[in-house]
Amino acid sequence: MRGMSSRASALVAAAAILVTACSTTGTPAGGGAVDQGKPFVFASTQFSPVTEQENMRKKILAAYQGASVDFITDQSAVILNRISAEAKAGGEQQIGLVGIENGEFAALVAAGAFDDITKIADKHKDQKIPQDMLTLGKVGGSAQVYIPWMQATYFMVASKQALQYLPTGADVNALTYTQLVAWAKNITDKTGQKKFGFPLATDGLIHRLIQGYFYPSYTGGLVTTYKSADAVTMWNDMKELWKYSNPQSTTYSKLSEPLQSGEIWLGIDHVARLIDVLKAKPDDFVAVPAPAGPKGRYYMSVVIGLGVPKSSPNKAGAEALIDHLLKPETQILTLRENSFFPVVSVTMPSDLNKGLQLEADAVAKQASAKDAKVVPLPVGLGAKGGEFNKAITDTFVRIVLKNEAVPTVLDEQGAIIQKIMTDGSVKCWGPDGSSSGPCQVK
Amino acid sequence: MRTRTEQFLPFALLLPSIGFLSLLIVIPMVQALLLAVMAEGGGFTLENFQRMVADVNFSDAWRNTLLLLILIVPLQIVLALAMALLINSRFRGHGLFLYIYAIPLAISDLAAGILWLAVFTERGYLNSTLQSAGVIDQPILFLSFDNLAGILTAIVIAEAWRATAIVLVILIAGLQLIPRDYFEAADLFGANRLRRTVHVVLPLLRPSLQSALIIRTIFAFQTFAVVFALAGRNMPVLAGEAYTWYATNRNEHVAAAYAVLLLGLTIVATVVYLRVLGLREAEVQR
Amino acid sequence: MNARVLDRSLLYGSAIFLAIWVLVPFYLIAISAFTPQAKIFDYPKPLVPTSFSTETMQFFLEARGVLPSVLNSLLVAAFTIVFGLALGTPAGYALARFRFRGREAFQVIVLATKMFPIAILSIPLAVTFLQLGLYDNLVSVALVHTAMALPFIVLVTSGVFVAVSHELEEAAQTLGCSRWGAFLRVALPLALPGLAAAAIFTFVISWNEVFAATILTLRTRTLPAQVLASLSTSPLAFKFAGGLFMVLPAIAFIFLIRKYLMNLWGSR
Repeated sequence: MRGMSSRASALVAAAAILVTACSTTGTPAGGGAVDQGKPFVFASTQFSPVTEQENMRKKILAAYQGASVDFITDQSAVILNRISAEAKAGGEQQIGLVGIENGEFAALVAAGAFDDITKIADKHKDQKIPQDMLTLGKVGGSAQVYIPWMQATYFMVASKQALQYLPTGADVNALTYTQLVAWAKNITDKTGQKKFGFPLATDGLIHRLIQGYFYPSYTGGLVTTYKSADAVTMWNDMKELWKYSNPQSTTYSKLSEPLQSGEIWLGIDHVARLIDVLKAKPDDFVAVPAPAGPKGRYYMSVVIGLGVPKSSPNKAGAEALIDHLLKPETQILTLRENSFFPVVSVTMPSDLNKGLQLEADAVAKQASAKDAKVVPLPVGLGAKGGEFNKAITDTFVRIVLKNEAVPTVLDEQGAIIQKIMTDGSVKCWGPDGSSSGPCQVK
Repeated sequence: MRTRTEQFLPFALLLPSIGFLSLLIVIPMVQALLLAVMAEGGGFTLENFQRMVADVNFSDAWRNTLLLLILIVPLQIVLALAMALLINSRFRGHGLFLYIYAIPLAISDLAAGILWLAVFTERGYLNSTLQSAGVIDQPILFLSFDNLAGILTAIVIAEAWRATAIVLVILIAGLQLIPRDYFEAADLFGANRLRRTVHVVLPLLRPSLQSALIIRTIFAFQTFAVVFALAGRNMPVLAGEAYTWYATNRNEHVAAAYAVLLLGLTIVATVVYLRVLGLREAEVQR
Repeated sequence: MNARVLDRSLLYGSAIFLAIWVLVPFYLIAISAFTPQAKIFDYPKPLVPTSFSTETMQFFLEARGVLPSVLNSLLVAAFTIVFGLALGTPAGYALARFRFRGREAFQVIVLATKMFPIAILSIPLAVTFLQLGLYDNLVSVALVHTAMALPFIVLVTSGVFVAVSHELEEAAQTLGCSRWGAFLRVALPLALPGLAAAAIFTFVISWNEVFAATILTLRTRTLPAQVLASLSTSPLAFKFAGGLFMVLPAIAFIFLIRKYLMNLWGSR
């Protein structure tokens, strides 16, 4: 897959962010009986920008024939609380189907909010949803809690103005973190401006970059290598990179805006938080894989799943909606409109929007790079996911922003992380391998 | 005059509010307060408060909250008082000006945050204006993480703009209740405008000032959207921490601990206002 | 005469200065909302718009659920004002007119209900409302908004009644009015401007309230729940257009209610 001469093959690779074999011949979904039952709400933590909501309501759901559906989205806390409030109240409520991130299911599953939808998953067997995604959908148990709906990842976007400052010998499509730091430094040296950006605002996704990119790429792990010598190297590189980063980064929640305004030239972020700039100015930017560290080019796969609450007012309707959302044509429409990738096997169209094409190519290059390694969102943390993210972000804030001594911070934050692991008996996941007891901070 | 009915009348008048608030706020609040002293598995504990105090952001949040309060509230009171006195002098067109001054009432803190970020951000309106005017040739980083003074100034300006109108509405209402004779009498005795304001108007305006101070302080303790927008992760405040622990870190216990702290702080501030500015015995009938 | 001219110009000067300070951000949000999406990131941004587009604003008008949500918001605000004044005015009056045991305690307790972040209250509230079947219902949102506004209504109205001379009320009572009659005919009319202020206040709290509105509704959403809650994640052009879209009805409302403040002025 390395030549990338064929656009179609690039897209196939893009579709499989999780690097799973997938055929290019899609089988249409079973369809499912169209049931005109009670109207219900399809609640999601995704697509909260007003434009994406409208695409969802007016385009992606347009061909759906079943009972009337209201697509509702909001900040994830609001939606998750809504789901848990309905679960607590019991009986028949309003939300019929939920579409939330893999990691967001855990706490709700613990509260017993969802039906087992193994049957629906079995019905879609022909569509070749990657097996490891389906397994993630069991959220550590035996019941199928959710069916994968769509997927996303993070990659890097650079302004073409920055390319002239690329350090000699560096390939923009196969950067290392060392080269990235040199690149940012070179820009600062030549232009006097700090042009790298971190998504550091309170709702920025910095914790995901640390968890899925920086740590594993430098140390080969996250929890088990948290205090390692490799980690210290990584943090020192981050401190160096920060010197050439826009100091207003602490207000950036999604990097498409500072990229588009020219406040920054380089940044790594979630595809949904980069796509605006690629769609608006596809000729001024390049989208490239995230850099590699000494341990490889680690990247994170984000899976969004569909689950049916026990209190769903129309379970047949929810099933029909799942069938609709998993149809290959709906999955492609979702990519076209809202830039999330299919999870089912599809034949990619060749007429994607220029910005989407940039995205798709970058994702494909990232997934098929010879040193590429994939990391899932943190697994098994349940309700503690938020506190784990905070501990990780606080590490960054203390070391990089507040300039505290690296070993001290790693010791103190390491103790906090260890407590989270021990209290929740969280086993190691992803790059840390597996463990019999709680994952150990080392 | 002091009949039995008269004795019970105040309580009868208070009863609807008390009942309503108990049902809708006090009961859920007690449920939430319990969260603060409960461990996750059940059982009472002080662990949530310990975690709150030990948190990286706690001391900063505490300092920033008080700092912003001290900078913003007095400024708003002075600004609103100036606006109110101007309007109250009833010059031609005062109605239009009152309307204009009241418009920011219509802006939510979320929208205000977005708006002022567009002004102060590196490629925002302020730098655009300065650069077009030739004052600067490189954008200034007002919101740089190491420029605390810049961030503070931006927040104070934004908050003064957003929330002064609330104070104004209260003070205007108060001013209208002061009979015109007081202003005219003061004129007769040759008091100039400033002295008249200090010696005649302010004492009469005290009930309204007290309401305005209390309301503004409670709001100041609770709002964080503008701070989040302009300072991002740079300037933790107590209310923002409560929200973050609840919504992002998803630990409602520590969030509740922050909420209890805010509650305590605000009660202290309110009692101080009531005591210091409190209405004297004579001002309350019976 | 000269002193008078100086005085006047000082007065108008400061009034105009303050007005500009208030209006400039609205001007900025308005020109941003009507800037074509392709130009929204230009730098330096022109302070006088060079091109004009309604595409972003139109989006909000055509977006599903936005127009009904404007009506919902207005209804919720109206209910909240009615409930709030009906419950709060008697309490404010009692605080202003009577000295009784627990008076200060009552004030502090009532205010204390407002000192607890609504976000933290939302889960127990939402569960209760679901169980009572009061959910996704404009009245239930108005009830919560009333609870949020009530402490302020009590505070503002008590300030108002303190300032309304009680001697007038007593005079009316000696002239044969009942206590109720004296309140209705003397105190209430005098207090109306203050009550209007409380109403504006209530409107503002309700109009901009996002949290309770999002957690208590799914389909019958208010405008903030529909638009405001998702603004911060929306593309920049839509942030401004959405912001302006939220502001316009409220400006109209304040314009209407402003008469209340003005008409009674100088009637005494």
